[in-house]
Amino acid sequence: MPISQETIKYIAHLARLNIENTRDGDSIQADLNRIVAMVDQITATNTKGVDPIAHSLEAAERLRTDVVTETDQRDSLLALAPKAEAGLFLVPIVLE
Amino acid sequence: MHTKTIAQLLDLLNKRECSSVELTQIFLDRIKRYDKSLNCFITLTEEMALAAAAVEDQKRAKGQHQFLSGIPIAHKDIFCTQGVKTSCGSKMLDNFISPYDATVVKNFKEAGTILLGKTNMDEFAMGSSNETSYYGPVRNPWDLKAVAGGSSGGSAAAVAASLSPGSTGTDTGGSIRQPAALCNVTGLKPTYGRVSRYGMVAFASSLDQGGPLAKTAEDCALMLQAMAGVDLKDSTSLDKPVPNYCATLNASLEGVRIGIPKEFFQAGLHPEVEASVQEAIKVLEKLGAKIKPISLPNTGLAVPTYYVIAPAEASSNLSRFDGVRFGYRCHEPKNLDDLYKRSRTEGFGAEVKRRILIGTYVLSAGYFDAYYIQAQKVRKLITNDFQEAFREVDIILGPTTPTPAFNLGEKSNDPVSMYLCDIYTINVNLAGLPALSMPGGFVNNRPTGLQLIGNYFEEAKLLNVAHQFQQITDWHAKTPTIFEESLS
Repeated sequence: MPISQETIKYIAHLARLNIENTRDGDSIQADLNRIVAMVDQITATNTKGVDPIAHSLEAAERLRTDVVTETDQRDSLLALAPKAEAGLFLVPIVLE
Repeated sequence: MHTKTIAQLLDLLNKRECSSVELTQIFLDRIKRYDKSLNCFITLTEEMALAAAAVEDQKRAKGQHQFLSGIPIAHKDIFCTQGVKTSCGSKMLDNFISPYDATVVKNFKEAGTILLGKTNMDEFAMGSSNETSYYGPVRNPWDLKAVAGGSSGGSAAAVAASLSPGSTGTDTGGSIRQPAALCNVTGLKPTYGRVSRYGMVAFASSLDQGGPLAKTAEDCALMLQAMAGVDLKDSTSLDKPVPNYCATLNASLEGVRIGIPKEFFQAGLHPEVEASVQEAIKVLEKLGAKIKPISLPNTGLAVPTYYVIAPAEASSNLSRFDGVRFGYRCHEPKNLDDLYKRSRTEGFGAEVKRRILIGTYVLSAGYFDAYYIQAQKVRKLITNDFQEAFREVDIILGPTTPTPAFNLGEKSNDPVSMYLCDIYTINVNLAGLPALSMPGGFVNNRPTGLQLIGNYFEEAKLLNVAHQFQQITDWHAKTPTIFEESLS
């Protein structure tokens, strides 16, 4: 089923991407529709009685004891932030 | 010197016929001379490399060396390297200096290897031609008009042009095997869970797997030895004993059952690529293997299934790039939403955005069952096909790609035709199996690859078959002549 421009705008908002005001707005719609037409092949496949798998080996994830293994790296991690101050990540004002 | 394999270089180091500093300098000089035309490297770690090589030389002199001591290698720029830029081929991480080492990087350091630099790749490993990189495409050493393949294009081309004896790569839908095939090197994607993903920038977490690219299967065995094993920092790494991969390289292929899936030889396969597989079958028969026709009936569903699952996982994984904690941030955001949206819109390239949008779409309310759950069911069917086949055969053989390398720009305007390049490799990731690509011939001076697929944790068998094949063929020993000039 082709994706409408309206759906694409909604999806883009969910993904926090701007597609308005870009020259390639139309080509995004055309590309996505080509990709969706290709993946649509699976919707006709008979999968009655087949359980979905998220892990090909169907292995359970291992658990470990909940103990601290890492050293404190707060400063080196904050140093990567575009804006940080007083040990905090800074973002634009959320509440006026 | 530069065309020697890792095994040969280790021999020279062990006999004290060269030092690691000398070796490292040879490869650094070659990179500086030739990489302008190839663009394999995003970052060169020259000073660190020479210092580390000097340390390894001292260790060797004292008899304290490890099994890969002094061997220069390159890491795909998807592996976090402490104190070194780790860009993942993206503007989003152009300013990111990793504060820690990936487990694979740590393992290679402990094995004594020297890091030459970080290799170019498709942005966030999303691509089959290395053209989606923020740092520009990698060119194919065999023909500079051709793509090197992707996403581990820099890693493959660096080995092919002898700028590095070995490189790491990652493979989510063919990203080690396809560039290996297109550049005439040997590349191995291990079983999902064999190699730790800790510190490997996540694209599609249920499919991603790191592995080696090198000149020979023997070198891949040496590299995998350093990479493989359980890691408490990656809960999806599997706790299975790691065999000695070199110990079984010379096992006889007498009676090894090799399956040829008929679905790999249908429309779209270049006749000369098919001919190279037929030639390989004869070679393997000569080595004692028994060839059996098999069927993987759901092969045609692999690409559509992948383009639901991989983008779904990518859209989730890439949601962490928000301009707040690390990576690119847009200028003067008006508010928090503007910060998120503009940072992501400006920081990601077109292909990454396409995949995030597809992934968000298939996970959104109303489409989740029809696409995502259905894809996970078809994934099970594809996995079942392989398990059925492995009841009758030990190894599956086919082409790695339908065609040799295409020209730069040839497929960049048509994402779907680009996706179909991975038709023979993607099903292996969906099933989590190990597979290897090795050189199998040339079409108009562009290399073609042969793919061997094994059952879970059968990496040693794949390496054994490839090594035996490479003992009586010389496709893997061919190197592109324009980079032959020695600098030493």
